Amino acid sequence: MFKLSNLSYANQRKLIILAFSFIPVILLVTFAYLPVVNMFKYSFTSWNGYSKNMEYVGLKNYINIFTKPEYFSVFKVSLYYFVATFFQMGLALYFATILSFKVRFKNFFKGVLFFPYMLNGVAIGFIFLFFFRPDGTFDTLLNALGLGKNITLWLGNPDVINISLASASVWRYMGFNFIIFLGAISSIDKDIYEAADIDGANKWHQFKHIIIPSIKRIVQLNLILAISGAISAFDIPYIMVDGANGSKTFVIQTIDMAFKYGKFGLASAMAVVLLFIVIIVTLLQRLVIKEDN
Amino acid sequence: MKVSNKKGLFKFLSVFLIISILAACSSNGGDSSASDDDGAIKGEITVITQRTDIVDTVFQDYAKKFNEKYPDVKVNFEALSDYEGQIKIRMNTDEYGDVLLIPTSVPVADLPDFFEPLGSYDELKTKYTGIEERMVDNTIYGIPVAITYSGVIYNKQVFKDAGVTDIPQTIDQFMDALRSVKEKTEAVPLYTNYAAGWPLTQWESDLTTVAGNVDYVNVTQPNSDDNFVAGQPHYDLYKILFDATKEGLIERDPTTTDWESSKADLGQGKIATMVLGSWAIDQIKASATNPDDIGFMPFPTNADNVIVPLGADYNLAININSKNKPAAKAWVDFFINESNYAVEQAGSISPVVGAELPDILKEFGDKGVEFKFITPSKEGQEGLVDKIDKEAEVGLWQPDFKKRIIEAALGNRKESYDDIMKDLNDAWVEARKTVAE
Repeated sequence: MFKLSNLSYANQRKLIILAFSFIPVILLVTFAYLPVVNMFKYSFTSWNGYSKNMEYVGLKNYINIFTKPEYFSVFKVSLYYFVATFFQMGLALYFATILSFKVRFKNFFKGVLFFPYMLNGVAIGFIFLFFFRPDGTFDTLLNALGLGKNITLWLGNPDVINISLASASVWRYMGFNFIIFLGAISSIDKDIYEAADIDGANKWHQFKHIIIPSIKRIVQLNLILAISGAISAFDIPYIMVDGANGSKTFVIQTIDMAFKYGKFGLASAMAVVLLFIVIIVTLLQRLVIKEDN
Repeated sequence: MKVSNKKGLFKFLSVFLIISILAACSSNGGDSSASDDDGAIKGEITVITQRTDIVDTVFQDYAKKFNEKYPDVKVNFEALSDYEGQIKIRMNTDEYGDVLLIPTSVPVADLPDFFEPLGSYDELKTKYTGIEERMVDNTIYGIPVAITYSGVIYNKQVFKDAGVTDIPQTIDQFMDALRSVKEKTEAVPLYTNYAAGWPLTQWESDLTTVAGNVDYVNVTQPNSDDNFVAGQPHYDLYKILFDATKEGLIERDPTTTDWESSKADLGQGKIATMVLGSWAIDQIKASATNPDDIGFMPFPTNADNVIVPLGADYNLAININSKNKPAAKAWVDFFINESNYAVEQAGSISPVVGAELPDILKEFGDKGVEFKFITPSKEGQEGLVDKIDKEAEVGLWQPDFKKRIIEAALGNRKESYDDIMKDLNDAWVEARKTVAE
């Protein structure tokens, strides 16, 4: 009769690790790696999403992407989200630092700041659609503050639309950066602050010389996440204005290609290109960061 | 247990786990059987529909009525809120119900891979109208659930307040009517529904009216290199949209429009006109202060004869992998011929030959307005328009270039109407070449 306790401890360990990792690995392969492998496969075909036979077209899709400038021109929209990233990180760091000191209603403010991140993206899209609408919440707010003459069509004005959308995106994702910063900051030993207090350091000195150096790694990590997020920005502009009026990003374009024009092959190739761009950007950042050290 | 056996045990356990997982994946549910020896139709079928609003009410009544005739068939319904998007993914498997609507994005040539043939064109054309659009090699794979017509839905009271007494027929008359609405009333003359996007695709259905020729869409268009050139129907059709936008005859901020509230606004006289299909009339009437204010008029045209194009709504079809085809076939016949869905639920015309025109159309009887089907493609050219369209990324039935026209007219883009048309035409010409290869 087989009994787990008959095995040696080392073997019991192996068996349990094997058994427990089996299902996660299966799930990972099925839902993460298999689709990526398929995506690579589709990217070499002219599949339309329906047909039973996929025609192999070699590198045609890739050549298509790299020879038509209009496929890449949408990346300039990502620049808005890239710039917004720095505001987002700055705000997150600011709030995280303040809330790591003694503040009244500390937990309440933590909740308020993290809350947007937990909301569904579609809900946020609709909230901001009402917010930016003519005579909507934002216009009312500006009027109340006596800034009524600055009102424009926040989503209708092509010079402003990407800024409006990027700020909605900042509102949404700031909470995520904030909570990570807060966690990192609270892991700093309290004794260090006390020692600094005794040495006569004010809060700004503490921030500059204690907090920033201690959480440098986390800032870098957040930056990498935020930049790849900016390159692949999607949900806010898609839900709010469907990429119209000059707010189309690369991911929206990829989706259009697959679902509007039935070019799954080309769309897969675009997704592969995006994947490599994100990988390259991440690697570059890591290199730059390493040189810093 | 002996030490030497332990490696074997791990192997056994791993294999066991893999097998159990695979077994769980491939186990089949009980298949329902088709008709038995004496020919009685029985079994269980699943009908997939896009009507989430009435699937639990009206459709259940249909099922009851259906069971009076076929008591041994159990009908299950499944309603998809994003029909096109969800059914497309399911069609990569074999499990997409027994009876379903043919998604408009399936290329016509691929229909035989997915759907059961229902009969030859020659045989079915005496029974149903509007079946030509999705036909492959003279074989029919789907029957339209309703025949719709397209044009402009307007609020009669607003037109009266604006002093427009005659229904505008030419493009100039229509633009004048919009201008009077802007001058004399508070209503938005022409609501585009830019933000929702898809209502803009409704304009494309009116191409036939602008062309004044039932041949244009399927016969002339795919064989022409001048599809978007000045003087051609496409140019004139969307020039109306461009001019109306440019003159401020549309909503103030198109980027924040809302489809649901636009229906009520038209019903309550805050909007004068919207370009839509007949399917929308009942929905707008439902939210109107006075349903009799809601009228339909043909799209404006400079052509000599006014043709309101009739078109097929979704086509009802049978999954080629269905385990219960006789019962599915019985449901299709029942739904098209006996349910009265087309008139009662789609506010349109029944596809059955000889069906009556709805009341809202009868007032046009003496005005020389014709209600006609568009000519099907020539043999060998089925689905050609669609192929060229997709290759060119023009998107005749997508909102994109209509949005672009509105943006250009608002001054948000640095291109003129002619620039856009030239761009579309260049893409069209190039795609025509590629497709012909």
